[in-house]
Amino acid sequence: MDPINFVILASVLFAIGAAAVLLRRNAIIAFMGVELMLNAANLALVAFSRIHGEIDGQIMAFFVLVVAAAEVVVGLAIIIAVFRARQTISLDEPAELKG
Amino acid sequence: MLDLTWLLIAVPLASSAFLLLGGKRLDPWGHWVGVAASGTAFLVGLVALIQMLGLDSHDRSHAVHLFSWIPGGELNLDAGLLVDPLSMTFVMLVTFVGTLIHLYSVAYMEHDPSRRRFFAYLNLFVAAMLLLVLADSYLLLFVGWEGVGLASYLLIGFWNHKPEYATAANKAFVVNRVGDMGLIIAMGLMFTYFGALDFESVFAAADGATTAQLTAIGLALLVAACGKSAQFPLQSWLGDAMAGPTPVSALIHAATMVTAGVYLIVRSAPIYAGAPAAQTTVAAIGAFTLILGALIGMAKDDIKKALAASTMSQIGYMMLAAGLGPIGYAFAIFHLVTHGFFKAGMFLGAGSVMHGMNDQVDMRRFGALRTAMVTTWVTFGLGWLAILGVPPFSGFWSKDKIIEAAFVGEGAQPWILGGAALIGAGLTAFYMSRLFFMTFHGKARWTDDQHPHESPALMTVPMIILAVGSAFLGLFLAMGDRFSTWLEPVTGHAEHHEPVLPVPVIMIATLVLVALGVWAAWRKYGAADVPEVAPAASLATIAARNDMFQDSVNRGVFERPGTHLTRTLVYADAALVDAAVDKTAGGWARTGESVRKTQNGQVRSYALTMLVGLVIVILVVVQGGL
Repeated sequence: MDPINFVILASVLFAIGAAAVLLRRNAIIAFMGVELMLNAANLALVAFSRIHGEIDGQIMAFFVLVVAAAEVVVGLAIIIAVFRARQTISLDEPAELKG
Repeated sequence: MLDLTWLLIAVPLASSAFLLLGGKRLDPWGHWVGVAASGTAFLVGLVALIQMLGLDSHDRSHAVHLFSWIPGGELNLDAGLLVDPLSMTFVMLVTFVGTLIHLYSVAYMEHDPSRRRFFAYLNLFVAAMLLLVLADSYLLLFVGWEGVGLASYLLIGFWNHKPEYATAANKAFVVNRVGDMGLIIAMGLMFTYFGALDFESVFAAADGATTAQLTAIGLALLVAACGKSAQFPLQSWLGDAMAGPTPVSALIHAATMVTAGVYLIVRSAPIYAGAPAAQTTVAAIGAFTLILGALIGMAKDDIKKALAASTMSQIGYMMLAAGLGPIGYAFAIFHLVTHGFFKAGMFLGAGSVMHGMNDQVDMRRFGALRTAMVTTWVTFGLGWLAILGVPPFSGFWSKDKIIEAAFVGEGAQPWILGGAALIGAGLTAFYMSRLFFMTFHGKARWTDDQHPHESPALMTVPMIILAVGSAFLGLFLAMGDRFSTWLEPVTGHAEHHEPVLPVPVIMIATLVLVALGVWAAWRKYGAADVPEVAPAASLATIAARNDMFQDSVNRGVFERPGTHLTRTLVYADAALVDAAVDKTAGGWARTGESVRKTQNGQVRSYALTMLVGLVIVILVVVQGGL
């Protein structure tokens, strides 16, 4: 199968993730959108690695996985902290920091 | 002893500081410190004078180096004193007359709670004036010049609890500032043209300078002299300066302050030697002011203001003489010295009259005081005869010489200047006789509570000494041209010129005019009754009573346009400069306001912004082919 299809799939997944982040108020869903975008990027990296026949993209994908794991820990912790303080995880609720 | 002349300045200055810092515990005897300081200065001056008289005439200029003052790159100036016959003449006049005035003030200011402060200021005045005349450079002279201005300000406004007196002090200070600017400009020009400010270098360089340069410096110096010596057009402060206690008026008019301008002109003789136009301007201003002052003096009813107008007129004579060049310098200084004596004597006499008449100054309420105040009458009378120029009293020897010198020259100039001097002599005779007769003769026009009495000896003794000087000093100094010979090393030898009229004709004409003036004054103010309230008068008299509307002129010509100019400038500043800055700042503030809206705190809108930004970046990168 032509590896360019994986790149197209990655683009679709990225778009879905971005839409989830932009459109959903629920922090958990938005967070899942972020994860989807990260993994779309991973898929794109791996696909490019295959296309060019080099291993750099796959190595980069591993780095992204590690960073994403750390990001999940921090992100979920923030969401829990916000929930404890406000009894809500709506993204529109904490809007005090405005100009 | 000539090297110790710095003591002349140091002693009164130290005494002034001592009296000012000493506080109230000095009140009972502090004034005697002031008198002693002035007296010490006189003794130092006297010893120096005797020593100088023992030297040959060409050795009499003695430079005293004090210290290195301004060691700059292009300007190296040392502070030093120049002791020569000219400065010595001033030293003797200032310290002698000054000491007598100090002595007089002890009694005159006896009931004033601030007498100690008064003496501190008097000492400061004397010290500043001595620094002015002894300085060996224009810059050091300027220090004394400003010191005199400061001291006169403090003394004219000594009774500054009265607002109009404080205003008079301010007026004197402000008008003097105008003159000071002239001196500053002159010094700037000297530095630009010659690169030096000390007399020696400047006068040496003046020989090679162009006429235009010297004329510019000469005119700037004339502005300075006009300010200090109350010459037209900077004369307006002198009349109001009468707000100060009477001894101050005597000091300002006789010894210090107003003589400084004449000194400056005579000292700058080498500059004027190369600038005939500036010199003629000096003479013209002198001639104009002498007539102006005399006309004002004819209408004044306030005894001190009449004397002030007389000073303006007499200084006009000196400026006229100084503007005649080498033939006039010696006579200018000669008249300055004799005038110092008789004017100080008359001011002290006026103070004595005021002392006996409850500080009344309106001559229309005097009259017949010759019986009540015999000493004052006699001493004032001698001063009166001296200023009239009646032979053999002092004024005759000095003023007559000036009138003669004014008639020397070619073309129309001697007729104009000489005519002004001649008419001025007649006017002087009229207004001084008017003052004398209104005060001491005629019927008594005293108010009910006035009981005139003679002043204490502390006041009359200085008056007597000054009266003796008024009577004989002129004759003493004029015999054998003693004074002119004494000043010759400084003023230069003057070739004898014949006036356009024969000398006896001028002398007789002067005396006839003086006699006419006295006769007219006697008819109107001696023999006839003087109304107690000034009667309605012609326009000319009203103008003279109001100092020729000098204040209105100043207001109309300088103050009003100045006020409007500053208002316009302030408006322009607010409407253009400020507004431009404000509008720019306002524009940025509004821009900030609108941009601020994007910072709305909504996480998802930030995410959208980031996404859009990212897309734009990618598009740019891809489209740009980077």
